[in-house]
Amino acid sequence: MIALSDYLMLGAILFSLSIAGIFLNRKNVIIILMCVELMLLAVNMNFIAFSRFLDDSAGQVFVFFILTVAAAEAAIGLAILIVLFRNRRTINVADLDALKG
Amino acid sequence: MQFEASNLIPVVPELFILSLACLVLVIDLFIDDEQRIFTYALTQVGLVFAIFITLSVGQTEAQIVFDGSYIRDGMSDVLKVSIYIVTIGAFLYSKEYLVEHGLFKGEYYVLGLFAVLGMMVMVSAQSFLTAYLGLELLSLSLYALVAFDRDSKTGSEAAMKYFVLGAIASGMLLYGISMIYGATGALNFTTVTTALMGTGMEDIVLVFGLVFVVIGLAFKLGAVPFHMWMPDVYHGAPTAVAQFLSSAPKIAAFALAMRLLVDGMLPLHSDWQQMLVILAILSMALGNVIAIAQTNIKRMLAYSTISHVGFIMMGILAGTSEGYSASMFYAIIYAVTSLGAFGIIILLSKKGFEAENLDDYKGLHERSPWFAAMMMLFMFSMAGVPPTVGFWAKLFVLDAVVSVELTWVALVGVFFSIIGAFYYIRIIKLMYFDKAENVLPVIGNLDTRIALSVNGVLMLALGLFPAALLTICVRAIGS
Amino acid sequence: MEKIYLAIAFTPLVGAIIAGFWGARIGRAGAHWVTSVGVGISAFLSIIVLLGFISGHREVFNGSVYTWMISDGITFEVGFLVDSLTAMMMAVVTFVSFCVHIYTIGYMAHDEENWPAGSRAGTNSYQRFFSYISLFTFSMLLLVMSNNFMQLFFGWEAVGLVSYLLIGFWSNRETAIFANMKAFLVNRVGDFGFLLGIAAVAMYFNTVDYAEVFAKAPELANTQIQIWGDTSWSLMTVICILLFVGAMGKSAQVPLHVWLPDSMEGPTPISALIHAATMVTAGIFMVARMSPLYELSETALSFILIIGATTAFFTGLIGLVQNDIKRVVAYSTLSQLGYMTVALGASAYAAGIFHLMTHAFFKALLFLAAGSVIIAMHHEQDMRKMGGLKKYMPITYWTSLIGSLALIGLPGFSGFFSKDSIIEAVHHSQIAGAGYAYLMVILGVFVTALYSFRMFFMVFHGEERMDEHTKHHLHESPKVVTVPLIMLAIPSVLIGGMTISGVVFGDWFKDVIHVAPAHDVLKEIGFHGTIGFFFHGLFALPTLLAAAGVGVAYMIYMKNPEIADKIKSAASPLYALLDKKYFFDELYQAVFAGGSRWLGKILWKAGDQTLIDGLVVNGSARSVGFFAGIIRQIQTGYLYHYAFAMILGLLLLLALFVN
Repeated sequence: MIALSDYLMLGAILFSLSIAGIFLNRKNVIIILMCVELMLLAVNMNFIAFSRFLDDSAGQVFVFFILTVAAAEAAIGLAILIVLFRNRRTINVADLDALKG
Repeated sequence: MQFEASNLIPVVPELFILSLACLVLVIDLFIDDEQRIFTYALTQVGLVFAIFITLSVGQTEAQIVFDGSYIRDGMSDVLKVSIYIVTIGAFLYSKEYLVEHGLFKGEYYVLGLFAVLGMMVMVSAQSFLTAYLGLELLSLSLYALVAFDRDSKTGSEAAMKYFVLGAIASGMLLYGISMIYGATGALNFTTVTTALMGTGMEDIVLVFGLVFVVIGLAFKLGAVPFHMWMPDVYHGAPTAVAQFLSSAPKIAAFALAMRLLVDGMLPLHSDWQQMLVILAILSMALGNVIAIAQTNIKRMLAYSTISHVGFIMMGILAGTSEGYSASMFYAIIYAVTSLGAFGIIILLSKKGFEAENLDDYKGLHERSPWFAAMMMLFMFSMAGVPPTVGFWAKLFVLDAVVSVELTWVALVGVFFSIIGAFYYIRIIKLMYFDKAENVLPVIGNLDTRIALSVNGVLMLALGLFPAALLTICVRAIGS
Repeated sequence: MEKIYLAIAFTPLVGAIIAGFWGARIGRAGAHWVTSVGVGISAFLSIIVLLGFISGHREVFNGSVYTWMISDGITFEVGFLVDSLTAMMMAVVTFVSFCVHIYTIGYMAHDEENWPAGSRAGTNSYQRFFSYISLFTFSMLLLVMSNNFMQLFFGWEAVGLVSYLLIGFWSNRETAIFANMKAFLVNRVGDFGFLLGIAAVAMYFNTVDYAEVFAKAPELANTQIQIWGDTSWSLMTVICILLFVGAMGKSAQVPLHVWLPDSMEGPTPISALIHAATMVTAGIFMVARMSPLYELSETALSFILIIGATTAFFTGLIGLVQNDIKRVVAYSTLSQLGYMTVALGASAYAAGIFHLMTHAFFKALLFLAAGSVIIAMHHEQDMRKMGGLKKYMPITYWTSLIGSLALIGLPGFSGFFSKDSIIEAVHHSQIAGAGYAYLMVILGVFVTALYSFRMFFMVFHGEERMDEHTKHHLHESPKVVTVPLIMLAIPSVLIGGMTISGVVFGDWFKDVIHVAPAHDVLKEIGFHGTIGFFFHGLFALPTLLAAAGVGVAYMIYMKNPEIADKIKSAASPLYALLDKKYFFDELYQAVFAGGSRWLGKILWKAGDQTLIDGLVVNGSARSVGFFAGIIRQIQTGYLYHYAFAMILGLLLLLALFVN
């Protein structure tokens, strides 16, 4: 039997990976979008684990909502990405520094 | 859980806004560009209707529906009505701007209405799920609005930054929610509160949960160090969007903080109070200091927002109903003041000229004495100079903090307000004592001019007679 | 009930706002119509209220209109207290104001001539003037109708503000600017005391509502307080004297009287309205209103009596040597204000208020008549260049005569009744200083008659000393000027005899003005009806002195004008003393103005420029600006730095709270 803490550790590792991915990556905005997805999946892992061990279905319901929102979020993110590329001809993260100070 | 039709009555305003958004979306498909004004009119009329609907649905006692995940109480009524009014104002000011910049499209209003719906859900949330959904509905609409000018380089960059950071923040919020769910086994605020009574902060899972949730909130409010998105977004977004962004969502963010922290996790008050103290002080300090170095008025107002957020958090952290109502008063007043300040920027901007540099305000008094006076009122109100209403807002918050023996926090707040007064009054100095660089007269549509005048005079009127609005806030919190 | 009071107070405000903000748009006629009609409505309603009180069917109203805030248990609100005292004040204020509004239409008709061509302040000055006087009416009404100290203070300051604006109305004139600055500064001294008095009330009574304060006053009558050291002071005396210091400023009592003569730099209508009839009497009104407090402190009453008596006599003397027609009337106002103050000190509040009312009419009349003369003389105010105007300006002549006779107290005129009741009251008063006060007021009667008729003869009789050009254009003033004169002349004659039995000796002020039995001098006079009072006064000392004064004036200025010069050279030190107004101005200029400038300069150089500006302000501004410049570099613009900042924040919170 895998213990609850193991699941939580996995969730935490996924979460940390995604955050690390966001701020270590200096090349491509798409990688950031992927990291965001990964972060939500880490949360989902947590919810499912808790739901299973608490024997309560609310957590699983929450996961469905998160998945739906994540889909919408990805759509908007990609749309913004396209607009960005159209205007700047680049999706390099390090080039996005017109606004600062 | 059973479906009951009576459950729907408290959410009639939400249903109405939803239908309105869908209706506007569909109708907009079938009309030409010349008739776009119709979309605008429909939206505005709908929002005015929503005020009446909300008021007529409102009752004195709170109603909790949908299996405890949704609430309608005094606070939600007042905040929803203020959100409508602020949104109506924002749409009114922005119309001319949108037309001039070729952005006068139906999507703007559809997205705006969905944002309003998101805010309403946030205001009325009574479980983590509804709070999250409301928040996302608002955020997704705002991401799209920031990128609304598709040909703007800065706009798309701002949208990208906002989107990524917003996604991280909601990820963190969700992570925190999952922890709290794990520790308490519930998502409903009432059940969570009951469960929290028993445990304390010993549970490491709970501490993690609380920290992450507070961070999610801090991001939404724009508190240091989760504020980085704000200056860039305000700067990059079209001024009309920045105006909307700086006004109504701040009211909703306040409501979300109230729901999550006070309704949901009051037993952990002593812990989140300390977190908010840190965030509030950092916000007031950093916001006010960096604002001084700005030359772009939109960026300056963004930093000013950050410092005001510190004040809003100060009221909440007091943890008394006096503090909550002071904070609520502050949030509403801030939204209205910010609306007006951005309104002046919009009034001055023309096609190809954004009026966003401080130098553009030189000698405004010569160009339009009346609107220079209005701008002065907005700036005085933000700086908290009597007799404008900003003074009372600050005073009530400080009073609430002092009465819970956190005098030092209040003193810090006063100290940084004094520093902050510098850059507000600098605008007044530019308007009244410097020579104008361009002497074009200020022209604007009649409705904009009237709305701005009302908005400005309101600063003074509420400052002279603050009791009415304060009573409303006190009553809303009390119920 | 409440609505009529709201209408009375706020109609003038509406007029002021319209004429003030949209003056350019509605034009001259629009401005004078809107303000005059506003004040007219207010006057009409005030008279209805007053009649209601006279007939007895109107109840005292005491209620709040708007609660402004509640702080530490003290409620600050806007509220009205309307009783017989208030009703009388309201009627007087609005009626005189209405007359002045109409008069102003004529007086200011050619105001553009008073401004240099193309001056910005000169455009629409006419509308601005109307806006100010309506605003004044509003402020004065709030002052008298108040039911609490806060609103009283608001009205007090608001009338001060309008007075300041109007004294300096012709802002292109150096002297006007100097005069309004002087009025402002001197009033600040008084207001400082006044504010301290209100603060003391708030501190010890824990309320600012009149009714509650008066109800609590007897309990605190014997309270002693320590201000510094071990000397203990009676609380009531401290409060009363502090409040009276405010009244000394506003009602121009020695030694804070210096601003009033200079205030004549303002246009004549406001000299009549503000600096004679209404605003300057606010102090008198305030003390009468506070009678339940003043009755508890005999020390304060004596203080008031002595200040008032000094003012009454010595400022009258200065009036003898003035040559500017408005300044003579101004000194006469000072002296009459002294009479009212004396009445307050003698606990004859009713007599003081009665004199306030009669004085409002005849002094406004005298000022407006002086104004009428000034218009005719093309803004020449020096009486040495007038003379013989009787035949050119009959209406002005006769109304001036009525005003002067009322002022000197010719039996039967209203001034006679009010002044005589004051003199009688002082005569019967037993408190310390009453003997001195009696002497002063009796001698004052002679002086009053002398300077009044000196002015009257110099202006209207004798040889015509003006130049040919002026003489050629002399004519009676237009109707808008003369009608208000006539309107004011009627009450100047009649109002005293009509109302004395009720107001002073009757129960008009029953329950409104409180007089301790031991001080009730009015009762001791033994009043037997108006006719009895008239005949008793007919051959009494004051009447004889007044007649003597007129006679002397006739001798000197009509029969043998060279006597005046002889007296002047014979008593040259005395003349110099009077001409220099006892050197008050020079003293204040040297000691207070000079001293504070000297102190200010030191503080400015050492404290402000070096320490505050240099180190604190500029230093901190520079360092804050420097830091801001550095800290803004954190905002690099790079997305990953922003995310990094969030993670740092996360780690910080986790480190602090996970243990």
